[in-house]
Amino acid sequence: MQTPRSFEYERATSVDHAIALLERLGPEARLVAGGHSLLPMMKLRLAAPEHLIDINPLVADLSYVRVEGNEVRIGAMTRHAELLASPIIAEHFAILTDAEKVIADPIVRNRGTIGGSICQADPSEDLSAAFAALKASVLIRSGTGERLISARDLHVGPYETAVGPAEMLTEVRIAIRAGSGSAYEKVERRVGDWAVAASGAWVQMSGDTVADAGIGLTALGVAHFCSPEAEAVLIGHAPTAEVIAAAGAAAASITNPPTDQRGPSDYKRHLADILTQRAITRAVARALGRN
Amino acid sequence: MTIIEETTSTTATSTTATATDTAALSPGGNPMGFGRMLRKEDVRFVRGKGNYIDDVKRPGMLHGAILRSPYAHARIVSIDTSAAEAHPKVRAVITGATLEGLKLAWMPTMSYDTQAVLATDKVRFQGQEVAFVVADDRYSAKDALELIVVDYEPLEVVMDARKALDPGAPVIRDDKEGKTDNHIFDWESGSKEATDAAFASAEVVVAQAMLYPRSHPAPMETCGMVAEMNPVSGKLTLWSNTQAPHAHRTVYALVAGLPEHKIQVICPDIGGGFGNKVPIYPGYVCSIVGSIVTGKPVKWIEDRSENLMSTGFARDYHMKGEIAATRDGKIVGLRVDVLADHGAFNATAQPTNYPAGFFHIFTGSYDYGAAHCKVTGVYSNKAPGGVAYACSFRITEAVYLVERIVDCLAAELKMDPAELRMKNLLRPEQFPYTTPTGWEYDSGDYPRALQMALDIAGYAELRKEQAEKRARGELMGIGLSFFTEGVGAGPRKHMDILGLGMADGCELRVHPTGKAQLRLSVQSQGQGHETTFAQIVAQEVGIPPEDVEVINGDTDNTPFGLGTYGSRSTPVSGAAAAVVARRVRDKARIIAAVALECSPDDLEWNRDRWSVKGDPSQGKTIQEIAMLSHSSLELPDGVEGHLDAQAVYNPPNLTYPFGAYICVVDVDAGTGQVKVRRFIAVDDCGPRINPMIVEGQVHGGLVDGIGMALMEVIAFDDAGNCLGGSFMDYLLPTTMEVPSFELGETVTPSPHHPLGCKGVGESATVGSPPAVVNAVMDAIGVRHADMPLTPAQVWRAMQGRPLRTDLAIE
Ligand SMILES: Cc1cc2nc3c(=O)[nH]c(=O)nc-3n(C[C@H](O)[C@H](O)[C@H](O)COP(=O)(O)OP(=O)(O)OC[C@H]3O[C@@H](n4cnc5c(N)ncnc54)[C@H](O)[C@@H]3O)c2cc1C
Repeated sequence: MQTPRSFEYERATSVDHAIALLERLGPEARLVAGGHSLLPMMKLRLAAPEHLIDINPLVADLSYVRVEGNEVRIGAMTRHAELLASPIIAEHFAILTDAEKVIADPIVRNRGTIGGSICQADPSEDLSAAFAALKASVLIRSGTGERLISARDLHVGPYETAVGPAEMLTEVRIAIRAGSGSAYEKVERRVGDWAVAASGAWVQMSGDTVADAGIGLTALGVAHFCSPEAEAVLIGHAPTAEVIAAAGAAAASITNPPTDQRGPSDYKRHLADILTQRAITRAVARALGRN
Repeated sequence: MTIIEETTSTTATSTTATATDTAALSPGGNPMGFGRMLRKEDVRFVRGKGNYIDDVKRPGMLHGAILRSPYAHARIVSIDTSAAEAHPKVRAVITGATLEGLKLAWMPTMSYDTQAVLATDKVRFQGQEVAFVVADDRYSAKDALELIVVDYEPLEVVMDARKALDPGAPVIRDDKEGKTDNHIFDWESGSKEATDAAFASAEVVVAQAMLYPRSHPAPMETCGMVAEMNPVSGKLTLWSNTQAPHAHRTVYALVAGLPEHKIQVICPDIGGGFGNKVPIYPGYVCSIVGSIVTGKPVKWIEDRSENLMSTGFARDYHMKGEIAATRDGKIVGLRVDVLADHGAFNATAQPTNYPAGFFHIFTGSYDYGAAHCKVTGVYSNKAPGGVAYACSFRITEAVYLVERIVDCLAAELKMDPAELRMKNLLRPEQFPYTTPTGWEYDSGDYPRALQMALDIAGYAELRKEQAEKRARGELMGIGLSFFTEGVGAGPRKHMDILGLGMADGCELRVHPTGKAQLRLSVQSQGQGHETTFAQIVAQEVGIPPEDVEVINGDTDNTPFGLGTYGSRSTPVSGAAAAVVARRVRDKARIIAAVALECSPDDLEWNRDRWSVKGDPSQGKTIQEIAMLSHSSLELPDGVEGHLDAQAVYNPPNLTYPFGAYICVVDVDAGTGQVKVRRFIAVDDCGPRINPMIVEGQVHGGLVDGIGMALMEVIAFDDAGNCLGGSFMDYLLPTTMEVPSFELGETVTPSPHHPLGCKGVGESATVGSPPAVVNAVMDAIGVRHADMPLTPAQVWRAMQGRPLRTDLAIE
């Protein structure tokens, strides 16, 4: 049994209460959502917060997937399993359903949350790449108010986000755009393992031309989990095999993957290319209604 | 106790009852002997009522934790324990210096080397034990570890076994007087001259170097102990999840100088062993010392990382094989040179005479002119171990070598690997067969098993499909392996561990009402002993399996034996159980004859009763006889009352299970990902006592084999860091990585085992890895790449630049 250091525990009763606790307890306090990133680190004594603020009591307020106007809103406490099962998500953003199928395992997905995942900002995190591809935005609440920022700007570095010490991420918003399709491709060593590399693509088609596109990459050492270079290759062109190959090459060219036990960097760069091509191909097929 | 002449026949029984054979069912609905039945022990396991080490609670129990070295090689300059000792909940802090005072800082290993219990001079691998804290609770014990200040002076490390014998390599074992290198042993088997001659005249020679990388058995339950020294009686009670309770008792007596009759080892339920729980670990010795020092029971149990980083690993064999053959595919010779990385202490647990275990069975299942192997053992700055993970004492490495190199030969000869194997397999009429390295294979019909596997697979169809896919640029592979195991160690004349011969005792007591208790030395870790051994008694003496209580895991209440590993339970203790059951049956005959007022010779045995020949209505059931044995019935001179027997079984030879495996894979040409589509396993372990349990053993072993082939490895970086220290890094396969298995069975009974049974616990782990690797190599058209075949490794192999898997990926 792995044993953490001792810590104090508080249950938040509302978002405002959680933020007030963060303000009062200072930098040694941490929110705990699903706990599937934070608790393993505590058990290995790699993290030792003095206070845990449990935000699971906020599920009633912060767990939802709903359409509002022209966008889909996902509450921060929505569990992976709920996102995976959501018909709204399956209809509009197949990339998320694809990604959720290959995030961890059912036990982790039953508990791990969307907010916790993207706030953990692990450089191999899957949803960060998927939200980057979808050009999503995230809502951040503090004691003084709310701000909406691009999901791409949420990540300022490995394990670092734009969420301040006394702030909380409450929602993810994604615009629904007609004629679009998306897909996610991941290589893992085994089911439930983190990505060796993964790529997500979102395209909006206008006739047979790509009107807009988003390419998200994870575990590849790419800033903000996205490749504007690959997007530029696609936008304004018909997604022919040559154009898709060029987009794959563009995505690979900006990667800086670490060599580790998941694979050497040359292999991961190769994956960036091939997985981006596959993701674009499937996203285009979905956009054109050819599944 | 009356000793009645043994009537054990050496011919094999192949009578098997099945649950559908209703006439053979017991009142409890179970087979009256061999056949499928649910496991008796599962009644508690499926209800969560198992009782494991961590469930053991003793009054006043304290908790131990181990401080481990962050360095792979470093001199200990100083250890300051004062802050830890000042922790309010700490009861004792034990260091190497404490143990030196007790002459316990070092302990002997099962390979006649020494191992540090707590480091005194140097640390020699990352994760090595440095200090032991005993505290009121587990959390405080771990907190106190962080208060111990150790000043280390890091030393150069030896992480690459291939450099361990370099002249300038740092000497790891400078504790051994006069030691100037990292060499442990050289060991040879077979005839070098005859083999060289066979190679000199061979038409084709294929050489292939291959690594069987370091893996870890990773049992679900980690190693642990509750040690309780009773200061009044001087009795030491150890709740321990060891696979060899009696052997451990003796070793503690020898190591610590404690009187053996005052040591009791109790094994509660064990959550998997796989060889990981055979050695004596420093944590056990520390727990005992902790209890002696504090006068309280002390519980110690590893966390996952401790288990993966410090306890008995498996394999780490660097093998250079060469095979010689005629151009038309007749194998004439095999030789192999092995570099064996044993880690910082030579602590492998195997029969004394065999420092490379049974590796010299490496000629496998084929008929050769000559073979020779040489094994060199070396020290490195890694955790000790080597013999574990269902390896049958290194037969896993041997089978991998021969089955991989036979495929290399097939590729060289452009011959179908099934055809090449069929051409060279030993023929049934060659048994008993003595191999070029001296093994006497007791029985086998190899071509029949291979043919059955090919038929189940639809081999010709698969090859056709493969050709069509290839034409479309899709990668599909078919891999075969054929293995012969030698299990059931072993004949006392040749085999012992630390001087303890490998024979097993067994006792059967039938109570007056006809219910029985069978006492075994072999310790179940999940193999289903409580069911299988009850079925042996049912088969032999007609007491329903539900009426036989199988008792194992308490040295005060069971006869001596060497324990459960190397697939030895059924070959050795299973034979002992059959022998005691037959002794009871023979004694029952005498009692029945008295009761029926006839001569024993007039009686015949009929499943559960002795009855008069020609008049089956005149008879006594075993239950009736049990009561009679306790009654006032006057027994003949020299025949004592009661119905029980005991035996010690010394196996005349090992048993030799074998099998033919076929694996079908699809490989993603773009990413290198491997999908195991089908796995066909035909096993021959002689008659199957409980076919369901046998199939479960095979299923588990196949999953292990797929895991080793595709994902499991403990690698190290060049600073000495272990790169497989958690389940994030050390990957075990899940149901998602394995197909639904297709099993087949042939039965060739062992001629010398009373039941004809051969062990099966390790067959699939031994036999499956080469089938998977052969399939992947077949798919990608590459001669060889080392396991594990991760997507990165497969892609790199396709690029002609395979990775070295024992070191950090570069
Ligand atoms: C075995 C295993 C396998 C995994 N595999 C994958 C995988 O393949 N791909 C993948 O992407 N992930 C994987 N994960 C991670 C998993 O998805 C986690 O659940 C997720 O990363 C964290 O979500 P959580 O709700 O558990 O967060 P927690 O562990 O509770 O929190 C993580 C961090 O986020 C902070 N936080 C949580 N919620 C908020 C919020 N609303 N606002 C601000 N900060 C917040 C916490 O303070 C903490 O620092 C795996 C995890 C495990 C244990």
